Amino acid sequence: MNFTIQYGMHGIPGTADYIRILPEIVLSVFGMIIMLLDPVLDEENSQKALGGIALLGSLGAVLATLYQSKFPGLAFWDMVRVDSFSVFFHFLVAAVAVVVILTSYEYMAVQQIRAGEYYALILFGAVGMSLMSSAVELVLIFIALEISSISTYILAGFRRQVATSSESSLKYFLLGSFATAFFLYGVALMFGATGSTSIPVIADTLWSDSVPLLAYAGVALMFVGLGFKVAAAPFHIWTPDVYEGAPAPVVGFMSTAPKAAVFAVLLRIMFEAHAPGRLWLIWVTAALSMTIGNVAALVQTNVKRLLAYSSIAHAGYLLVAFAALPENGIPAAMFYTASYAAMNVGAFAVVSHFAGAGERYVNLEDYAGLGRRSPILAATFTVFLLSLIGIPITGGFFAKFYVFSAALQANLVWLTIIGVLNSAIGAYYYLRIIVVMYMREPRDETPVTPIPLGLGTALAISLAATIYLGVLPGRVLEYASRSAAELLR
Amino acid sequence: MSSFDGCILSMVTFIPLAGAVLLLLFPRRDRDIRVFSLVVSLLTFAISLHLPVHFHRHLSGFQFEVNHPWIPTPNIHYHMGADGVSMWLVVLTTFLTPLCVLISWNSISERVKEFFILLLVLETALIGVFLALDLFLFYFFWESTLIPMALLIGMFGHGRRVYAAIKFFLYTMIASVFMLAAILWLYAKVGSFDFVTIQNAIRTGQVENFIGAAPWLFLGFFIAFAVKVPLFPFHTWLPDAHVEAPTAGSVLLAGVLLKMGTYGMLRFNLGLFPEQARANAWWIVILALIGIIYGALVALVQPNMKKLIAYSSISHLGFVVLGIFSFTQVGLDGATYIMLAHGVSTGALFMLAGILYERRHTYEISEFGGLATTMPVYASFFLFIVLASVGLPLLNGFVGEFLVLSGAFQARSIYGVLGATGIIWSACYLLWMYQRVFFGKVTHDVNQTLPDLDARERTALWPAAVAALVMGVAPLLWLNAIDPAVQSVLAPFTQLASKVVGP
Repeated sequence: MNFTIQYGMHGIPGTADYIRILPEIVLSVFGMIIMLLDPVLDEENSQKALGGIALLGSLGAVLATLYQSKFPGLAFWDMVRVDSFSVFFHFLVAAVAVVVILTSYEYMAVQQIRAGEYYALILFGAVGMSLMSSAVELVLIFIALEISSISTYILAGFRRQVATSSESSLKYFLLGSFATAFFLYGVALMFGATGSTSIPVIADTLWSDSVPLLAYAGVALMFVGLGFKVAAAPFHIWTPDVYEGAPAPVVGFMSTAPKAAVFAVLLRIMFEAHAPGRLWLIWVTAALSMTIGNVAALVQTNVKRLLAYSSIAHAGYLLVAFAALPENGIPAAMFYTASYAAMNVGAFAVVSHFAGAGERYVNLEDYAGLGRRSPILAATFTVFLLSLIGIPITGGFFAKFYVFSAALQANLVWLTIIGVLNSAIGAYYYLRIIVVMYMREPRDETPVTPIPLGLGTALAISLAATIYLGVLPGRVLEYASRSAAELLR
Repeated sequence: MSSFDGCILSMVTFIPLAGAVLLLLFPRRDRDIRVFSLVVSLLTFAISLHLPVHFHRHLSGFQFEVNHPWIPTPNIHYHMGADGVSMWLVVLTTFLTPLCVLISWNSISERVKEFFILLLVLETALIGVFLALDLFLFYFFWESTLIPMALLIGMFGHGRRVYAAIKFFLYTMIASVFMLAAILWLYAKVGSFDFVTIQNAIRTGQVENFIGAAPWLFLGFFIAFAVKVPLFPFHTWLPDAHVEAPTAGSVLLAGVLLKMGTYGMLRFNLGLFPEQARANAWWIVILALIGIIYGALVALVQPNMKKLIAYSSISHLGFVVLGIFSFTQVGLDGATYIMLAHGVSTGALFMLAGILYERRHTYEISEFGGLATTMPVYASFFLFIVLASVGLPLLNGFVGEFLVLSGAFQARSIYGVLGATGIIWSACYLLWMYQRVFFGKVTHDVNQTLPDLDARERTALWPAAVAALVMGVAPLLWLNAIDPAVQSVLAPFTQLASKVVGP
């Protein structure tokens, strides 16, 4: 047993330590400012101001991340590590938060939800997610996971007048807590097997010694907990109900940022810690998620549910990268996370705008003739959907491309075939939305509410990111490969 | 070599796209949008003429090449180049697009902006397919043609347009997945997507496990192309797509999109896998012959004018495949020539059918009769194009079919005999259709008052008619550029060229 209480060796944390959690500090401070101002300000008019503060906070986190990238290294008694890997995910989480806050701005007004804490919760959630990607200590990862989860549980229930929203929140909470318990149990077993909760120490132990049986069990249990969070089959049952009930911008948030963070954790555990038994665990989950997600999405008539099943399928595609060799798999997974975040948060921005007051228009038939009623909205949505299919010129194409070619290089031919067939199935239901938008006559000709500035910016950001990743994926992939190399060192 | 040569291919490819982006910003004033699209497409055509003018006809390699690294991992280059075959297909595309704009002037009255944006985007994608020399770039453009075409059919088509659009999309999308798999396999082994690099690697035997994988790779490419051509039995999407598509969509679909398939066979199936092409030629030729005869017979009994032309395309494209898989110089020359000739004459036939549809909103042949008396100018244009399509000597259809058939005879005489019946059939169905529509008495009173062609319609038809004539009279203008390109494709086959092909 080489477990010792470690802070005795290092003393008091210095400035560099604080810089290495600077984005988290910025987000927390702004979140707290919002919580403090909310009761003081007049309820009617405070929403814009609070949203603005949240926006500043998330932009601040983006800047802090960029600043932080110049100070790589360990902090706080080796619990946090800033490397290009963590910077990548910090940036992603903060950027998603920016887009979601911009989307929520109008959404909250339309739904007549007045609650400053909504914005604070997004920021707190982002704190947890950021911390997850830089934590190299299983207990800290657990705490970060809880911070992020609890925020999203509450966010899911924000449409208080609607029963499905409360259902969504409660379901998410109950099942989510159950899943985190699995994770915690896995951490405990891992500690039992290796004598440490620090990922580098675990890695050394598993690398040098023969792998104890307990470690397999630990990895499997942790995987169950994390698999729930990324909505991978067979732990996906909660997803459609939760996505259907939760506010649309929140769905955009929780289907991208926390997932990205959890995938970061998975990458660290699976690859950096040399988790044993990785391949089959992931092979089966990936194949199941792709197939179940795509097949179930075929019969959905509610766009939010459809996108929920699609997100299960995409978790599956992403997991394919985890089964590949680390030097290709990690960059492929990182790239996929980024492009999935861009296109999905964009798609949900469109959904949340079009849904209207009380989220009335979320069914497929409601989208009939959208191409005529609001050409810009329809065209943007089309780009996101094409990217979700994986059509060239969009990020989704290269995401799938890198994942499948990584899998092929690891000789996972069957998994690749399952994946490619699944993308063909997937094409059908995404196309169905496009067909309905452009080729069906609108049921009522009333023009859709014009796109407000905030939403327009949000759409522009996600659109630009989707196209950028589809036309010039080189730089992002290069960055991802570099961080993979750092991670594996 | 002028300084223009370095960027000419990029300009030709992306001017339509730039036009489409500008159109996005246009206010919805339909007339301006039409005029602007016409200007853009004409400009593209004018610039594309630089290619044949400055093309070095005695050289066989790729010309006007551009090659820039695009994405470092995977190693993708922006590599474009034209040889005699692809150059003329590009010019065909740029030639047909302005005609499509003209022919859609009035028939598209709703969502005009969307229509012309899609048309211009489609043009860029089509040109890109022919010019791309990086397999990845090729696939990129190949898939990019799908969306604008499917949207054109689905948004602006007739009755069962949604069904036709989805069928078209799924058929071609699923088939091209096999090609992607083959491309990825090649990349995994060669480490490059570059066509020339891969070709050299294969020819010098540097690709490991190639012998075992080659039949599958050949099939992967072939399925994608065969569906696009379409080769019997993969043709069922075509009649639906054509009947429901708007006129401009049909013109580009038959005129250019189908040629992507035959071009792909020529460039990739023959260029990369000569031995597998030879081994598989016997059944491909049989499918092509079935396509020629079956397409013609089905065309014969079509009550719908547009469906008739669609099935005639299946028959004509069968000739192209026959020519390609005869592995003879004349056969390949002829195949390429039919691609161009068919593009012009079938494009014109679809425009003519569309003109009639604008007046009567039907394609049923039985709805017409005796039109020659009410629409004499229209009737003469129609006759001219029908004769070109049938393969009357001195018009464009003849040259290609003659060359293909002589190539087929060289390969195996039974191929030539069976193929030649296709020409007879095509005379039957086209002339019989012509007779029913134009001759005799005017059987329906509505047809008494049909207006003849107006100036715009004539402007759209004249270039096609002139091209059909010039291509029939002076085929060497085209063939002297096609010939060296074909020769280099056939280089690995030379020792076999005059031998019997197949089992």
